[in-house]
Amino acid sequence: MTGLRPAPARVVLRGRAVVPGVVTGEVLVSPETISGWGGIDPATGTITEARHPLAGVCFTGRILVFPGAKGSSGWSGFFQTTRLLGTAPIGMVFAVTTTKAALGAVVTRVPALADLDDDPVAVLRTGDRVRLDATAGVVELLEREGER
Amino acid sequence: MILTDDEQRMRDGAEGPAVAAAMDLLVRYGQALDAERLCTVRNVAGTTTQPSPVKARLVAEGGWDRAFSIINLDADETLPIPPMAVPTCQLQQGFGPDSVGTVPYPPEFVELQTDGEAFVGARGVSVLATCTPYQVGNLPVRGEHCAWMESSAVVYANSVLGARTNCEGGASTGAASLTGRIPCWGNHHDAHRLGTHLVRVDTPVSEFRDWGLLGYAVGDVVQEARPVIVGDHALPDLTDLKHFGAAAASSGGVEMYHIVGVTPEAPTVAAAFGERRVPEPVVFGEAEKRAAYDRLNDQGSDTDVDFVLLGCPHASLEQIHDVARALDGRRLADGTQLWIMAPRALAVVAERSGHTAVIEAAGGRVLTDSCPAMSRAAPVGTRVFATDSAKQAHYLPAILGIQAWFGTTAECVDAAVTGRWRGELS
Repeated sequence: MTGLRPAPARVVLRGRAVVPGVVTGEVLVSPETISGWGGIDPATGTITEARHPLAGVCFTGRILVFPGAKGSSGWSGFFQTTRLLGTAPIGMVFAVTTTKAALGAVVTRVPALADLDDDPVAVLRTGDRVRLDATAGVVELLEREGER
Repeated sequence: MILTDDEQRMRDGAEGPAVAAAMDLLVRYGQALDAERLCTVRNVAGTTTQPSPVKARLVAEGGWDRAFSIINLDADETLPIPPMAVPTCQLQQGFGPDSVGTVPYPPEFVELQTDGEAFVGARGVSVLATCTPYQVGNLPVRGEHCAWMESSAVVYANSVLGARTNCEGGASTGAASLTGRIPCWGNHHDAHRLGTHLVRVDTPVSEFRDWGLLGYAVGDVVQEARPVIVGDHALPDLTDLKHFGAAAASSGGVEMYHIVGVTPEAPTVAAAFGERRVPEPVVFGEAEKRAAYDRLNDQGSDTDVDFVLLGCPHASLEQIHDVARALDGRRLADGTQLWIMAPRALAVVAERSGHTAVIEAAGGRVLTDSCPAMSRAAPVGTRVFATDSAKQAHYLPAILGIQAWFGTTAECVDAAVTGRWRGELS
């Protein structure tokens, strides 16, 4: 699986700073949009929506990469609560800007990037290690999952 | 972002530290959206009083000033909260005193919320305590810029009333209530209100359930975009539109839709799309209706129903009356409960009109202020619930870990009386 292979081309996505800041960490990619209210449990930092492909998966301490926010306007409040309870993700990268996702990132107070030049959900994989420099508007792949 | 002189003064603290914190949050939020400026709002619908463990802790630490500061202003310290700058209402919240003895909800939360109502009421907040403020006196006019949260109310305000609001959150509405401002972005602009998808209804949509199915299917297809509905549908009433929008805002993030010839910004298909080219239609036919129905019912396998939940979004008077008629002279099955959620203002009318007495005689309850999803509370031991609300069928299985059945109001009442789910898509 991890045998010799050519070093992959540098993977860098450029986007718009939603919340400035820099963080390095492991990525959790959600292939589907995320509900805040009714979709996550702030006490444990997990996705709880039964129909969601990441049901039961914890995002705490990871950089959450997702297509966008859906559902209730409680989105931002629920992610704000993850900050207050210490279960928040450490960064956010999302494809589509909505008020829910933007305000959610602001009150979670983690570096966040949106409106990228390529689809982050397709390019990044769960387990990838990335450097998210929201201030400069870039997220760079440091280590590919399964290739270290 | 460009601030006016007044906004800069607020940010600099001329109106006190809470208003300054509010303006700071609005600037951070506006920058996150890439908004150019703020717009003036005179109608805010948000939430402060809803209890939670975090809020209980904050109130214990520093009173409601602290809870409002940390949660509704996203501040780091406790700031004295002044009166609201513009008319503001409290949306749905936790369960209230009328629920005691019926709903397994912490009594300390009922007490906390009553305390919170006094705090915000003294600062000018109207405690409507409903997800449907448009049913009980908060009816913005067409073109009015608002700052509302509650996805089902937002989509109703934009689409049915022609008011202008984004889907705000607890912090942005808190900040708006103290400043009368919100980022001028998205639904506040003409161009962002035009249709993006044409949806052609090819199978008859006339009853309440079908409007929910249509909304659930459409939300799944368009996600955050703006559908324009044409085709084989009857003239919807308030209750139908309330269900349709709530469903579309659950399976997707629809904040604005048009129904040609019905909603105010869509007198014609061309008007709904403005200068845009009218796209090829997405079809809602028998197969799409069936798929939405099956998806809403994919969390149910056991037909023994122990809980029936009606009134999501909060029931209209017609819905309460319908339930009363359906229950008249009947009795709920042993071990099955039926709750219908309503705005307290309408519950008063329902009681006065005799509907509540009929529902209670059958063993059901009309409850206010909240819902099982908001408050994570259903009858003790609930395993399987039935509802006529696509939104509750979507959310409640995840929130409470229970099975769900979705169908017509009559099927739900039948399930409450027999204890069995026998719904089907005819």
